[in-house]
Amino acid sequence: MADHDTTSASLRTTPLESLHRDLGAKMVPFAGYAMPVHYQAGVLAEHAYTRERAGLFDVSHMGQARLTGADPAGALERLVCGAITNLKPGRQRYTLLTTDDGGILDDLIVSNTGDTLFLVVNAARKEEDIAHLRAGLADAGVTVTVLEDHALLALQGPKAVTVLAELAPEVAAMRFLDVRSVRLLDGVSCLISRSGYTGEDGFEISVPAWAADRLARWLLERPGVAPAGLGARDSLRLEAGLCLYGSDIDTTTSPVEADLAWTIGKARRETGGFPGDAVILAHLREGAPRRRVGIRPEGRMPARAHTEIRDTDGTVVGSITSGGFGPTVGGPVAMGYVPTALAQPGTPLTLVVRGRAVPAEVVALPFTPPRQVRG
Amino acid sequence: MSTLYFTEDHEWVAVEDGIATVGITDYAQKQLGDIVFVEVPEAGRALAKGDEAAVVESVKAASEVYAPVGGTVTEGNGALADAPAAVNTDPLGDGWFFRLTLADPSELDDLMDQDAYNAHVAGLE
Repeated sequence: MADHDTTSASLRTTPLESLHRDLGAKMVPFAGYAMPVHYQAGVLAEHAYTRERAGLFDVSHMGQARLTGADPAGALERLVCGAITNLKPGRQRYTLLTTDDGGILDDLIVSNTGDTLFLVVNAARKEEDIAHLRAGLADAGVTVTVLEDHALLALQGPKAVTVLAELAPEVAAMRFLDVRSVRLLDGVSCLISRSGYTGEDGFEISVPAWAADRLARWLLERPGVAPAGLGARDSLRLEAGLCLYGSDIDTTTSPVEADLAWTIGKARRETGGFPGDAVILAHLREGAPRRRVGIRPEGRMPARAHTEIRDTDGTVVGSITSGGFGPTVGGPVAMGYVPTALAQPGTPLTLVVRGRAVPAEVVALPFTPPRQVRG
Repeated sequence: MSTLYFTEDHEWVAVEDGIATVGITDYAQKQLGDIVFVEVPEAGRALAKGDEAAVVESVKAASEVYAPVGGTVTEGNGALADAPAAVNTDPLGDGWFFRLTLADPSELDDLMDQDAYNAHVAGLE
């Protein structure tokens, strides 16, 4: 049996490090941090618990930043393909930092908190993103402030709202992608959004680092809340059809190829004005050569990232970018890129797993029904 | 009464009447986490010591199981196809992977007994 476990002394830790140890988490290196991949219950149980009740995730490794200045929305819009200037106070939006070639530098969530923009970016990309933002926004007088002293918790699942409403009743009235500042335990001010990375209803909570441990322990004492690690986070987001940067999207995938054309603002489809707009708008007009799709392999054997995809004639047409066992689906699920002609649901494909041909089929995403509260 | 042997890679081998039953240890299943797929060799397959004999996939990753000793497979545990979690719940019992005849019983001499394996695992924790 090959054991690929690694440990390193130079890893950064989150403000919930001692909580993870108390809970008996299995810690792994991820994006330079020691992070819990699962707790005592294990990935399958944590996944199921999140779908049925509520899972509490530590996602403090992600980058949090504030943009301040005269017109941060107008300035940021020059770097992303989404519309930011029409983002209302108290709302947030998923968007993409694009490259001059029409690829994706990162995906991020932008919140309008009234006087500033609040950004959450991927852990593995935060240094590059912050440098890119500073370089691209300096001439507009926009300052990028990294919130190193804040933790980020995600409370995800159908029970999340009733639990969080015990501390702040006003969260029950929030809709999907609403964001507001609320006082939680001990009156500590937190920025809360009704969003997440699981396909479930839930909240992300930006909390001062010094108050994070007490808040997390309080939440975990509520009935219906259990800790969930990065393993469950990955299987939940895969079933929800959500992209993982570095796997499903990167600098070589355009937003249209990635099936993220919906993030491109209506006016921006006509006027462009963002990096790579020529390539991306051409993909919109003329179609992209390939597309990210959902894929269901037959049988029980998971087809993981980098698995070769062939058409039924045996020609190699692409590869799996994320794949594994879908606990809620009860079988293997995957995403990958195929030529646009093969992107229709129902199209048969062949996957090559350990040298063997496995029949598979293109399916619509997500694999599990979305349950966010759109109101 | 079978005799138990272990490898450094956390396979166990139970030998009884010249037939070796192979599986992975409790330590191994704990390290892997929830097991969602197992592929075992078919009867008749000849394995040399160290050959890739089976595949075990947890929610996290796929791992190979190597033949601890050489021989010819007499039986794979077909029940694991539909119930791979048996490797988690009963690694030394219902979670067995395959059985084989022993090509060279002296290969068992290179394996660890229970005490030596316990010490090996203790050294890893």
